[in-house]
Amino acid sequence: MEATVAKTDTEEKTWGGGNQPLRASYGKMMMWFFIVSDALTFSGFLASYGFSRFKFVDAWPVADQVFTHFPFLHGVDAPMYYVAFMTFVLIFSSVTMVLAVDAGHKMQQKKVIFYLFLTIIGGAIFVGSQAWEWATFIKGDFGAVETKGGKILQFLDTDGKRVAIRDFAVNIPTEREEHTEKNGVWYESEALAQTTFSYEEVKKGFLANDNLLVRIQYKDEHGHQIVLSRDASIDKIKNDGKLIVEGANLRHNEYGTPLFADFFFFITGFHGFHVFSGVLINIIIFFNVVIGTYERRGSYEMVEKVGLYWHFVDLVWVFVFTFFYLV
Amino acid sequence: MAHEHKLEIFRGLVKFKSNITKIWGIFTFLSIVTIIEVAFGITKPDFLTDNTFLAMKLLNWIFIILTLVKAYYITWDFMHMRDEVKALRRAVIWTVIFLICYLVLILLIEGDYIFDIYKNGYVKFDF
Repeated sequence: MEATVAKTDTEEKTWGGGNQPLRASYGKMMMWFFIVSDALTFSGFLASYGFSRFKFVDAWPVADQVFTHFPFLHGVDAPMYYVAFMTFVLIFSSVTMVLAVDAGHKMQQKKVIFYLFLTIIGGAIFVGSQAWEWATFIKGDFGAVETKGGKILQFLDTDGKRVAIRDFAVNIPTEREEHTEKNGVWYESEALAQTTFSYEEVKKGFLANDNLLVRIQYKDEHGHQIVLSRDASIDKIKNDGKLIVEGANLRHNEYGTPLFADFFFFITGFHGFHVFSGVLINIIIFFNVVIGTYERRGSYEMVEKVGLYWHFVDLVWVFVFTFFYLV
Repeated sequence: MAHEHKLEIFRGLVKFKSNITKIWGIFTFLSIVTIIEVAFGITKPDFLTDNTFLAMKLLNWIFIILTLVKAYYITWDFMHMRDEVKALRRAVIWTVIFLICYLVLILLIEGDYIFDIYKNGYVKFDF
């Protein structure tokens, strides 16, 4: 009690600095607010996906019919199993990450190394699966016809099973002269990819097979795509068909509206890029743990920060999984 | 810093002995939820797709609610939001929830409106 000394009382009070109302270090708090902004980016993508889907809600592709493949199981109809597997890989890598964080709190270097290693492996498996999923989607499966209005016609037999265009298209021998740039108006070069069959070949094969029907993009009230009668199918193919679509790219998509493919590439691509950069960051932190940086620093908080990012990537996948594959 | 963990989930219904057993418990829970989602996604029971609540199929309600449940446990237990102070928790969560709800509401209403224009107006499929 020094009665004669005037004290301003600022050093240890609220405005004196050193005060942490959120009880989180600067780095951790900033990681949280980065995650907030990234979450808003992703929700912007998913909301615009919802917007486009609501625009064409009666003609949107059914994910069950698009993602039906499983590696090494050719011709087996396995809807969603592979995506479910990918989801489990990501959740499990989240578990190993949180175990690494927990081991970091207890300053157990060996355990942090082990769990971080498992996390990196899990992330790599996920990115690889993502690449495989993309490749399968781009390659396509049955092929389809695109109409003049940009809609997709798929082929079924009378039992309701999908039929690939390569199974019924008739080969019409034609001479095809390659288009070169110097002959073209405005120096247009030839399209990069040619489809295996021309529209005429598919049309001829379709007319010759009486058991083939056309399925259009529109859905009935139960959410199943409408299958036309044979007469209506012939009418549709003769008058409305324009070109052959095999697989999916940014302009054409044999599974339905091209917007579906666009959003698929963009959203899963952006998420896959996050996983990829997450793996890279994990690798950097992994080596830092191995050489003992955090042991010397006396805190494994860095593991916690990248852990937050990694869990966020998992969190985003939970939403992408729901809105792309389930709903 | 935040070394002490709150070990109760489901509002105190389940209490784990250590943080590690809690992690495995959450993992089990998330796996069960995912398996339920995938099972519904593959079977798509008719009574869930044919009936709607507030203009959305019951099946989609189930998917979205289960997704939010999963998101909650990932954020609260894997990202340790449960152990943070209330101010940080609210600053992060409510910001995101308000903005996303607003964005989704606006865009979905607009998408539905354009759908109606396509359907009832004289506009071609792709203009």
